[in-house]
Amino acid sequence: MATTERSFVETVWDFFCSLKLTLFLLISLALTSIIGTVLPQGQLPPEYVAQISPTKLQIYTKLGFFDMYHSWWFISLLYIFSLNLVSCSIKRLPHVFKFVSEPTLVLSESARNAYSLRREIAVSGPMEKCRESLAAFLGAEFSSPVVTEHNGELHLFSQKSAWSRLGVYVVHLSILVIFVGAIIGSLSGYKGFVSIVEGTSINTVEGRNGNQIPLGFEVLCEKFSVDFYATGAPKEFRSILTVLENGKPVPGYSQVKVIVNHPLTYKGITFYQSSYGQASEGSEHYITVTPRSGGAPEKIAVHEGAAVTLSDGTMVKLLEATQEVRQFAPGFSGPAARVEVTRKGATPQTFIIFKDFPEMNAQRGDALIFGYDGTNARMYTGLQVAKDPGVWVVWLGCTLMVIGLYIAFFMSHKRIWLVISKGHARIYGNASKNQAAFEMQFDAIAAKFQQLKI
Amino acid sequence: MTSSMFFNVATFAYLISMIVFFAFLAGKNKTVGLAGSLIAYAGLAVHTLAIGLRWKESYDMGVGHAPMSNLYESIVFFAWTIVLLFAYIDLKYKYRIIGAFVIPFALLGMAWAQLGMNTGIEPLVPALQSNWLLYHVITCFLGYAAFAVACGISIMYLIKAALEGNDSSAQAGGLMSMFPPLKVLDDLNYRAIMIGFPLLTLGIITGAAWANYAWGTYWSWDPKETWSLIVWFVYAAFLHARFTRGWVGKRAAWLSVIGFAATIFCYLGVNLFLSGLHSYGGGAK
Ligand code: HEM
Repeated sequence: MATTERSFVETVWDFFCSLKLTLFLLISLALTSIIGTVLPQGQLPPEYVAQISPTKLQIYTKLGFFDMYHSWWFISLLYIFSLNLVSCSIKRLPHVFKFVSEPTLVLSESARNAYSLRREIAVSGPMEKCRESLAAFLGAEFSSPVVTEHNGELHLFSQKSAWSRLGVYVVHLSILVIFVGAIIGSLSGYKGFVSIVEGTSINTVEGRNGNQIPLGFEVLCEKFSVDFYATGAPKEFRSILTVLENGKPVPGYSQVKVIVNHPLTYKGITFYQSSYGQASEGSEHYITVTPRSGGAPEKIAVHEGAAVTLSDGTMVKLLEATQEVRQFAPGFSGPAARVEVTRKGATPQTFIIFKDFPEMNAQRGDALIFGYDGTNARMYTGLQVAKDPGVWVVWLGCTLMVIGLYIAFFMSHKRIWLVISKGHARIYGNASKNQAAFEMQFDAIAAKFQQLKI
Repeated sequence: MTSSMFFNVATFAYLISMIVFFAFLAGKNKTVGLAGSLIAYAGLAVHTLAIGLRWKESYDMGVGHAPMSNLYESIVFFAWTIVLLFAYIDLKYKYRIIGAFVIPFALLGMAWAQLGMNTGIEPLVPALQSNWLLYHVITCFLGYAAFAVACGISIMYLIKAALEGNDSSAQAGGLMSMFPPLKVLDDLNYRAIMIGFPLLTLGIITGAAWANYAWGTYWSWDPKETWSLIVWFVYAAFLHARFTRGWVGKRAAWLSVIGFAATIFCYLGVNLFLSGLHSYGGGAK
């Protein structure tokens, strides 16, 4: 009974230690990850729901395909992956430590035949003298040896970078550290969004699922502005933000410029410039109407979508207005408005009037010249908000991973043995990685070795 | 722009180099092999010059930035790194014949870029105005180039393994005598991936660092991110395959080929077939 139980435990343990499982997991993770790049994730767009059959939709939803990276089976794969990593390391680490702490001081016959890097010289002096000069030689050329006497032979062993054998374990540990960072972030951090109209402040942001998250302080948007390239594409948009505590600006956090790629962080919460727009609600636009025949210009104020009647009975309706007309009217720039003008008894006419191109407005051959004077509308800035206390753990893991990979791939454990017997001495070399590079080093040492006269 | 002209010259040089390498493969004349390498190096020199010039031209236009901001520029850089890595392997390991299987990747990229793409220098949109762009793109593409080289070597491995497996007389003479021994090909494949894997890892990390800096999330399962992780999984599998009985040799070579196919999909396919945050989408004419 006890033996079968034990062997069952052993079977499970062997299963979790197996590198075949690692391959299976790595390939499964690669294959299943594809699903989430092909199917939409999160909130499904209505067009997608309309074009997929209801049974498919139901099956995919059941399987968690629409949020697959958080589905129970994907997370389970990651747990098994971590278990695999941990058990494999537990199984092998002691072996590696032993390898490092108890090196092979005495080179056996079979190992001597296995190593291709070897040279021999004839020695005639007494053992004790050979030992001294060869130990000094190894110490000068490579690293100080440990001397062991065995079966009438002297074994001089020296090594370099033995600890580099731990490199892969640093890599494996780093993966777990990154997981821990990600878990901390998902348990005690959040992602949100907020839009702030110029001149106003907020103290809560909207979380992913629409909940309001209090910040514990206020953020005031002092000003917002945009620059454009000649092509009309946005070049830079910037918010000037001030952090307020109890209604007072916090020193050092007053009038901070926030642009894309230059966020603002206060008390672990970071604000990222992400979008902008015009807060059109309730704002007025100003239009000047001048009779071509001369006479007093008439100034009107109108809301977007609303109409105003001029003193001569002409109706002016403001269809829409923009702060940058370039993408609608190539060759023009700056603020502009599209208006619909209905003269008394005539059919309505629709045209664009520009703020910065009055001569264009004048060129229209009507009795009335329309000019756009701009708006009192304020801009709002759209900010992505994030709090992630686990992010430093993630970066720590990433750093460990890069260091570990460097050690694992580009450093090697190099060993040299010198075996002194009656009448001759032999030198052997071995490296855990990059045998070719070590061979050159060994050849140089061996060449000097063969010059020795002892 | 003068840089365009130099890019065309480099493309042409790679074409000639490839043809000469094929002649080397067929004729086994050492001088021909040397010519193939020298032409590739000349192409690389002109290519380097052209990238430098394009960089300068962007400053002359007043929209100065490193030439790595759109699909065209990234392909040109990708091809450059492939030839650079070939030169490294050629000079260090002296297996020139690998050029016949690696230079075609560079040529393919350059030809597509020169013939099929909008080559204009564009100003940077706000999201790309960051030094992270440079770190991210350089590490990713160096990694991709190493994988391209590994893929070329793996194809050689698979061809040689297939021919020698079926017909032992092929081992004696024929085309195969030009190929390095299977053991060497396997080792070179591993070495190329040993360069590529840490670079890809750095590429993913710099991408995550940038994403975190620019919008507060280091990982959002965006298709491009996910595909880079898929590529990473495949090469991690390759690295572990070496320690697993039954996975060494042919299967490892196939993993390397599949890994490069996934790399190409990550680089191009994601933009052509899937949607996401990355900017290399709009480059094709
Ligand atoms: C994606 C995740 C992983 C990465 C990036 C990774 C990375 C590596 C690297 C770079 C090596 C060194 C290869 C070489 O020396 O040539 C290695 C070796 C190894 N890995 Fe992983 N590994 C991962 C997951 C795992 C897991 C889950 C296990 C658990 C079983 C594992 C077990 C091993 C073992 C046993 C070795 C061989 C060590 C040796 O022979 O000295 N790895 N791994």
